[in-house]
Amino acid sequence: MHEFLEEISQKDGVSGYEKKVGEVIAEKFSPYIDETRADPLGNLIFYKKGQGKHSPRLMICAHMDEIGLIVTKVEEQGFLRFTSLGGFDARTLPGQEVTIYGRNILPGLIGFKLPHLLTEQEKNRGVKMEDLYLDTGLPAEVVQRLIPVGSVAAIKRNFMTLRHNSRAGKALDDRAGVVSLWQCAKELAKFKHEADLYLVATVQEEVGTRGAVVSTYGISPDVGIAVDVCHGDFPGALEQEVSSMAQGPVVTAGPNIHPAVGERLLQVAKDYHLPHQRDVSPGPTGTDARAIQISLEGIPTGLLSIPLRYMHTSVELVDLEDVKDTGLLLAYFTAGVDRTFVEGLACL
Amino acid sequence: MLIKELSVIPGVSGDETRVRNYIREKVTALGLPSHTDSLGNLYVSKEGRRRGAPPELMLTAHMDEVGLMVSSIEKSGHLRFYKVGGVYEEALISKPVKIGTADILGVIGAKAIHLQKKEERKKALTIENLYIDIGAKDKEDAEKVVKVGDYVSFYSEASRYEDIIRGKAFDNRAGCAALLEILKRDYPCSFTVVFTVQEEVGIRGARVAAYRVNPRLALVIETTIAADTPEIKEHELSTSLGGGPAFTVKDDSVIVHPHLLDRLVQVAGEQKRPYQFRRFGGSFTDAGAIATAGGGVAAAVISTPCRYIHSPLSMLNLKDWHHLVEIVDGFIRSIDEKGLEI
Repeated sequence: MHEFLEEISQKDGVSGYEKKVGEVIAEKFSPYIDETRADPLGNLIFYKKGQGKHSPRLMICAHMDEIGLIVTKVEEQGFLRFTSLGGFDARTLPGQEVTIYGRNILPGLIGFKLPHLLTEQEKNRGVKMEDLYLDTGLPAEVVQRLIPVGSVAAIKRNFMTLRHNSRAGKALDDRAGVVSLWQCAKELAKFKHEADLYLVATVQEEVGTRGAVVSTYGISPDVGIAVDVCHGDFPGALEQEVSSMAQGPVVTAGPNIHPAVGERLLQVAKDYHLPHQRDVSPGPTGTDARAIQISLEGIPTGLLSIPLRYMHTSVELVDLEDVKDTGLLLAYFTAGVDRTFVEGLACL
Repeated sequence: MLIKELSVIPGVSGDETRVRNYIREKVTALGLPSHTDSLGNLYVSKEGRRRGAPPELMLTAHMDEVGLMVSSIEKSGHLRFYKVGGVYEEALISKPVKIGTADILGVIGAKAIHLQKKEERKKALTIENLYIDIGAKDKEDAEKVVKVGDYVSFYSEASRYEDIIRGKAFDNRAGCAALLEILKRDYPCSFTVVFTVQEEVGIRGARVAAYRVNPRLALVIETTIAADTPEIKEHELSTSLGGGPAFTVKDDSVIVHPHLLDRLVQVAGEQKRPYQFRRFGGSFTDAGAIATAGGGVAAAVISTPCRYIHSPLSMLNLKDWHHLVEIVDGFIRSIDEKGLEI
């Protein structure tokens, strides 16, 4: 699990350009599933056939895209202005190493004005995206030739093993979720399950959950579960906004969640003695679940989250046990999804 | 590559041990004698082909780099820290670090953008808002592997693309690498090379070294600011990457002896190498401590330009560094051949 997370964390796949990371994911899932297909947006759908005659369809999604950058202007001296694909805090970017996908793949870093050249006002207001630029150090004519406007750039960060089961790196939002889906597929080899299972590595979540819309229409599931990350605790955090690290997956409640699906996830966690936590989202969640629920005629939807610290930075931190327990909970939940459960969901 | 190997070694001011050991190993392999003092400066005597003449020239490069130090451990197991030297705080966010002699890995996180109020986003994140996360369960767990007072260095790998290298601590491992390169070569005259400590916290090692060596002339090999980036006025950029090594006329600590400066310019001219003058008059170098040590020393500075110094990831052009090595080489020979009146 560590190896898989390390490998896909270090692969690049900014929103809309998920192919490279998708290839690794597809290869890793293939031993545990019956069929793989990709849809026109690039969602990867891993199908695992159920035992039943009239099997209900269960879709479980985790997004494989990551936030990234896109070049908007090549300055005369060869510096590159950029905007973001997805939500960055500009203040986390100075000095960040990047990989630029121009006509060649080029290394670079995010340059900034040195502190002694900043005005007092600039110092206080913090860094803005407009203050920053990509710097390859290469001569201007080389940059102009190799990196056209519109080239994307991905954050570069080596995956790190911290204390105990803590791991840090880029794009763990939501590659950790993808790994939990893989863990679920592996675990299901030990179980008979009635439901036809569609595990989906979705695209373009970070720019508006677009992959999940398409995958839901394509699969037409009876139940949809999104697996994403939620905020892990940190010093000075508001308790209600964060979940504890290493205390298991987080089951969300709120209008985005079908009550019976949420209840079942909790019940399964209790039955199998899996650590788990609860959180509340008072409206549409910032995950694929928001799209799944209102696709087609409406899909009963659930959301499981893996606590993650420092979201949308290059040092996102997760606990491997939480990733594993999320995968196990998904597998045990899948094993219990049958025709009766699904039919009950429409009767409110 | 020497610069890359040297740059990845943690060596924050006051904690230069591993850098010193690495350099000493290289120096010993060259068959050169070396010794240290109580601060940790490393002295290397380079005996020339013409033996007996007392060395009058001292060459120095500082081994230390800017970094951090653990100042307290929170109940949650997160580490608070102080800066050691002039670290650019805003470049700390979202970066990995190595803590203590066991190189415990940690990350400097930031509150997720999703949880920030609009007002929060418009304020600079200063050091009081930052902490290191090693993934510990709590304070007790963290204390098993780190302690208050542990030095913290940036954790950046060094990488190269054509002539451009990126990594941490090129200020001043590029200078150390240049002197190691010089020590491999053969010279008619003898001279002393000192790898100094604690430059970044107030040019402290060099003062002691100059007093001990008592040279007549000193050349400090440094790495300096290249601010040749967008929206910087020409007079503010100090030096440009790829513009050749930079000569200092003055900084906040020293006015370079004009005879030494003239000679450096002359050597560069004879070698037909590009060079530039450092156009930022601020900040400190070991030359300041050396010039005013003992009875006074004629001191000069030559630097490799480097973008984003004092941050976790800096950038330099290897061509500049190669030119620097050759100018230093030519300078040593020139002093030997022609002497230099002060």
